[in-house]
Amino acid sequence: MTISGYLVRALLLALVATSCHAATDAGEHKLANGMRVIIKPDRRAPVVVVMVSYQVGGIDEVNGVTGVAHVLEHMMFKGTPTVAAGEYSRLISEAGGRENAFTSNDFTGYFAMLQKSQLELALRLEADRMTNITLAAEEFAKEIKVVMEERRWRTDDRPRSLVYEQLMATALTAHPYRNPVIGWMSDLESMRVEDARDFYRRWYTPNNATLVVVGDVEPQAVLALAGRYFGKIPARVLPERKPQAEPAQFGVKRVTVKAPAELPYVLMAFRAPALRDPEGDWEPYALEMLAAVLDGSDAARLNRTLVREERIASSADAGYDGIARGPGFFYLSATPTPGRSAAEVEQALRREMALIVAEGVTAEELDRIKAQAVAAHVYQRDSMFFQARQIAMLESAGISHRTLDLQLKKLREVTPEQVQEVARKYFRDDAITIATLDPQPLEGARRAAPPAGARHAQ
Amino acid sequence: MLNKLLATGLAAAVLAIAAVPAQAILPIQHWQTAGGARVYFVENHDLPMLDISVEFPAGAGHDQPAKSGVAAMTQRLLSSGADGMSENDVSRRMADVGAQLGGRFDFDRAGLSLRTLSNSRERREALDVLSRLLSVPAFPGDVLEREKVRLTGALKEADTKPDTIGSRTFYRLAYGDHPYGMRESGEVETVAGITREDLAAFHRRHYAGRYAVVALMGDVTRAEAEAIAEQLTRGLPVAAGQEPGLPPVAALAVGESRTVPHHASQAHITIGGPGVSRGDRDYIALYVGNFVLGGGGFMSRMTEEVRQKRGLAYSAASYFRPLQREGPFIISMQTRRDQAAEALEVARATLAEFVKSGPTGKELAAAKRNIVNSFPLRIDSNRKIHEYLTLIGFYRLPLTYLEDFVKDVERVTVADIRDAFQRRIRPDRMVTVVVGGDEAKP
Repeated sequence: MTISGYLVRALLLALVATSCHAATDAGEHKLANGMRVIIKPDRRAPVVVVMVSYQVGGIDEVNGVTGVAHVLEHMMFKGTPTVAAGEYSRLISEAGGRENAFTSNDFTGYFAMLQKSQLELALRLEADRMTNITLAAEEFAKEIKVVMEERRWRTDDRPRSLVYEQLMATALTAHPYRNPVIGWMSDLESMRVEDARDFYRRWYTPNNATLVVVGDVEPQAVLALAGRYFGKIPARVLPERKPQAEPAQFGVKRVTVKAPAELPYVLMAFRAPALRDPEGDWEPYALEMLAAVLDGSDAARLNRTLVREERIASSADAGYDGIARGPGFFYLSATPTPGRSAAEVEQALRREMALIVAEGVTAEELDRIKAQAVAAHVYQRDSMFFQARQIAMLESAGISHRTLDLQLKKLREVTPEQVQEVARKYFRDDAITIATLDPQPLEGARRAAPPAGARHAQ
Repeated sequence: MLNKLLATGLAAAVLAIAAVPAQAILPIQHWQTAGGARVYFVENHDLPMLDISVEFPAGAGHDQPAKSGVAAMTQRLLSSGADGMSENDVSRRMADVGAQLGGRFDFDRAGLSLRTLSNSRERREALDVLSRLLSVPAFPGDVLEREKVRLTGALKEADTKPDTIGSRTFYRLAYGDHPYGMRESGEVETVAGITREDLAAFHRRHYAGRYAVVALMGDVTRAEAEAIAEQLTRGLPVAAGQEPGLPPVAALAVGESRTVPHHASQAHITIGGPGVSRGDRDYIALYVGNFVLGGGGFMSRMTEEVRQKRGLAYSAASYFRPLQREGPFIISMQTRRDQAAEALEVARATLAEFVKSGPTGKELAAAKRNIVNSFPLRIDSNRKIHEYLTLIGFYRLPLTYLEDFVKDVERVTVADIRDAFQRRIRPDRMVTVVVGGDEAKP
């Protein structure tokens, strides 16, 4: 029942896509230098979440320096001329705040959660490090070691992380999503502080950043503070973003990962469209419903059939990743029960998809998912951090947070025929990549392995 | 409404620590059901939703060694059907109203939880299912057999992972024959022997109405909350005899070290021993002290020495896990296998120095500022407040636990922390486990 990194992402997506009218009162502004400011008052507690997100991530890296977006994220805690290394964390901590950051394929987010009276402190520090990071060689030399430890911990010693990393590296030939966000180890080993500095100069500009503030705040006051601290930072011309479009796939792709483990594991990815036009698109919503028909609850098809009835799998999951700057993917995965094989669960997963292609889904199933989507929309409002991250993530993919209502509406309009149609259209061998974990005995094993997903701090 | 309460209550707690706040930070309502269950309720109508849990003294600590895993399997199968409903019926009915069924299982506690819309139709449907799951679980034999197979596979899988191996070895050495030394989910061998009768008997003994702790947070009135608490506990088994307890934990007489070979690229290091129980008078001093030692993220000495100064690990931290009896104190980190000896030496030296001298006045002041000033973040959502209700309820902590906590933190001195650490944490009597590593000799 472990959820691999990608599924957490897919799950988050599921929540995002199935949400909601919560954000209707979020105000959106643009400073003169192009920095966007999105303010969403939530007055349930005297707390504020401040998130600065840069529209830059693994997707913007080039060969030889994979992982640099994430390494730079670590270095953002290492000081400016006026705020010493580690001082950012100390100031936020003593103000009673919690801070951290994360790097994804599409964007990099820095956040602090604080008492509302400390809003100005967070804005001042974020503005300072947007433009003044020191990037000292001696700090870099230590931090790159930390990142390599992070890679070992997150990926190299986790067979299922390796499976995901190999899956993406196999599924894609040209598009940079083929590289892990944390970077290949060789690139980390050869990375220099200049690489981080170049990346910082290129991408960390106000016109590539969005400030999201959720909490017990007065929008006009937030806007005034944002203008005071960020407004004076000059805009710079951003580098051209090359499309790096993925060429056509000509048949099924397969990869095997041999690693010490007890049970096999199968992870499949299908190429699928991502959401681009929340009003005009319909396929992404149908794909979201398809994922939920398969794995939206314990009552959904994969758990009911593969785990409970046939007992061929210990767990089986589906997810759709459709909020992305790059290509979208639909995932299926399963762990066989002891004694069953990877090939058997792969066939079972394919059979479930084929069943939908042939016979479609029922209105009852879709009604159940719609009820869950409506409820989830309410539950999400319990977390200010979730709301801030949701806004940052949508915006980073070029989807306005103002379309959240619309997205829920569109999701509720999906018909059984549409679900069947996307299954038919995208569940094709020419769109599939399959990665399999081939378990090796623990004794005598010596690692060979390499790396996946990423974030910063503690 | 959360805000209104926080604004007044917090001002009282933070600005006038010495004075007893006239109003509690959280207006926790507490009563008992007709059957003796303890109920804890915070009424809040900001969001149209309700969080509910019912918990019992039915965690893994209550397992018999030969039947280790019965407690976990009982909790695991609670949602597998009841009172004529199959497990698929349960899943469908919950999903149809958008309700989320959850649960808790640890050494002390076990139970079920529910998040539902507060709207009458959805709420009634979800509560009807929940009350039947708790009171008349079916423990279907075929589901038990399936879950035994799944769990056995998961245990064997976990046993290939260095973090699991480290944790298992640590708990065994730190707790010996005490139930906290057993694996929470049971062992491969003991799980195989679990029968339906074991589960039914465990349910009868531990899931009694009189032992139940009901926590409710959200959009219902007091009258509705009272009715819900009755509904959820009325059909529970009748208590037979005294509430189940746990044996005392013996302090470690000597230190013990263990190296476990593993192929992983990182060595996993765990250092620690039995620490502190819920309600222990030393807890605040240990908590605040540990913030400085290894609990305060980038503010802590462990992170500073291991990560910031030397780049030895991505994460290096320490924590207390307070339980009904003395739960563990644990320092843990992972480092490239050839650096294990160095990391271990740094961790041990950092601990020894801290126990000897305690925090500096400056460190203590910084820790207090974080803990006191971050207080609103602890209770800024229904989920977090509900979690505190379960804690206060199960461990019979005062209803003023949260405001007391802030005041007590304010009062802690360097001497208190040094004294508490010197009495409770003996660096020469620690359990040390290193999984993997090229040269580590703990």
